[in-house]
Amino acid sequence: MDNLLYNQTVFFKNKPRIVGNYSIVGPKEKEGNFGKYFDFAMEDDHFGEDTFEKAERKMIEKALLGAIKKANLKKHDIDLFLAGDLLNQIISSSYAARAFDMPYLGVFGACSTMAESLALGSVFVDGGYFRNVACATVSHFSTAERQFRFPLELGNQRPPTSQWTATASGCSIVSNKGEGPFISSATFGKVTDYGITDVNNMGAVMAPGTMNTMLAVFYDTKTEPSDYDLIVTGDLGKLGSEILIDLMEHHGVKLGKNYCDCGQMMYKIEQQVLMGGSGCGCSASILNSYIINEMKKEKLKKVLFIATGALLSTTASQQGETLPGIAHAVVLEI
Amino acid sequence: MHYRKRNEMYNQYVNGKIPKTSEWPSLFNSFWVGGLICIIGQGINDIILELMPTLAEQTAWAYTLIILIFIGSFLTGIGVYDRIGKFAGGGSIVPITGFSNSITSPALDFRSEGIVFGMCVKMFSIAGPVIVIGFVASTLVGLLYLII
Amino acid sequence: MLTYLIVFFVGGFICAIGQLLIIKTNITSARILVSFVLVGVFLEAIGVFDKIASVAKAGINVPIIGFGASLTKGAIAGGQAKGILGAFAGGLEAVAGGVVAAVLFAFIFSLIFKPKTKKS
Repeated sequence: MDNLLYNQTVFFKNKPRIVGNYSIVGPKEKEGNFGKYFDFAMEDDHFGEDTFEKAERKMIEKALLGAIKKANLKKHDIDLFLAGDLLNQIISSSYAARAFDMPYLGVFGACSTMAESLALGSVFVDGGYFRNVACATVSHFSTAERQFRFPLELGNQRPPTSQWTATASGCSIVSNKGEGPFISSATFGKVTDYGITDVNNMGAVMAPGTMNTMLAVFYDTKTEPSDYDLIVTGDLGKLGSEILIDLMEHHGVKLGKNYCDCGQMMYKIEQQVLMGGSGCGCSASILNSYIINEMKKEKLKKVLFIATGALLSTTASQQGETLPGIAHAVVLEI
Repeated sequence: MHYRKRNEMYNQYVNGKIPKTSEWPSLFNSFWVGGLICIIGQGINDIILELMPTLAEQTAWAYTLIILIFIGSFLTGIGVYDRIGKFAGGGSIVPITGFSNSITSPALDFRSEGIVFGMCVKMFSIAGPVIVIGFVASTLVGLLYLII
Repeated sequence: MLTYLIVFFVGGFICAIGQLLIIKTNITSARILVSFVLVGVFLEAIGVFDKIASVAKAGINVPIIGFGASLTKGAIAGGQAKGILGAFAGGLEAVAGGVVAAVLFAFIFSLIFKPKTKKS
């Protein structure tokens, strides 16, 4: 293989560590497979606010505060807040940042935002520019549905390939000292478009981008799937992860039992979510609950976390554009 | 253009990969729910004519439709119509109650953005095309009848 | 009783066609409504609608096809009675009750109720 083909990975020498992690989910996610691992579950989707957008903002605020507390830090210890969400102009993150007296960078990578913010946060910490960086994302089913699809009360059926936007938020504090799993490398993905136009088939949109990033990780870090205790993709859903397995096999990489997908795992089958969960909160909440907690217990020692996103806009897809996907990866070790 | 070729192949592959479910159960559900809504409409119409036998047929239908629109709108408001819709699909979209649902649901949703620019502007975000196309096509037919 | 049976089967059949369109072509509900309104306009334009309606009654009046048919019926009748202005005004006149009802109820209910998150 050509050496120049992949050089998308940055390696961290100073072991930026995740010292605090907090996850918050909605009632439906609480009933799902990971219900007992989340730090906090809301009783209803309104979270005491009068609109869903305000509820979403409150979720990310709570996730940030929770993570700071779990890291045994104070608010003024946070040098940078890196966050993103799915709404137009990422209002949930920006408006949440308004309430905190800390520098803020908004990031958008659709559902890949968690890995994107973690990777960027690690770069800042590893480079010695900042001591503590908070990386967070949030998504809310009802706000996403309103923005991307149809009104909540419209009596339509969801197509069989559609995914369910998770009402969830996760926040990690990346720090230059402390205890916790460290980020050994981050791989930034390329926007990949394989000509899918169906907005209800996000898995198929994101799978090729995920394949590209995954191949880059294995090539750049000179590892193979069996070197990891867990390879977890963001939210390809059931169909998307099946496609990914096929695509990887096509490139000579066999994904084994240590591969799984957050979207596919989030809900139980009887919750009728078709292909599984999606939304940037889906992978963020599972990373910041189950995965990091298991790593702290050293049950998982090396994890490849790839968050995947479909960079769609309703305007572009109405104009007949195909849907591009992207994926970013971080390798977590303990 | 090997990209185009690749994309074509990928699309073909994905289409083959999409799980195929039988359409008969959903067709059956939309059949009986749709039929039931029509029976309810017929029942309302019969009752109206029973109560007011002097009413012209056309007027009785107008009242019937208004009552059905009320029911559809109310069920949307209390959050029931979307569940019927999930079960019945076309069975609850095609009847006039579905038209009513498609007006009430965005109105409810965008109430949070204000009455004028939220609710009133978005009210026809789904049903708008129905009214536009209906007006255009019917007026053209009316004008056509004038010529011939 | 027979009427009700016919109503059920005709209405159900029309709705099932709508569902078939949704499954096969993946089109949204707005497009479904538009196509059925056009069917109504067409049936009325060729003068078949009334014949079907005399047998099927609510089976064809309750589906949105009936909306398209009344629009057209109004436009044609208005055109015959009052000329060009009638053709413009007749359609809206015929469906005004339904459209205003839909708007009014939507307005009232959205002041009373709040949208709820879908359970599944």
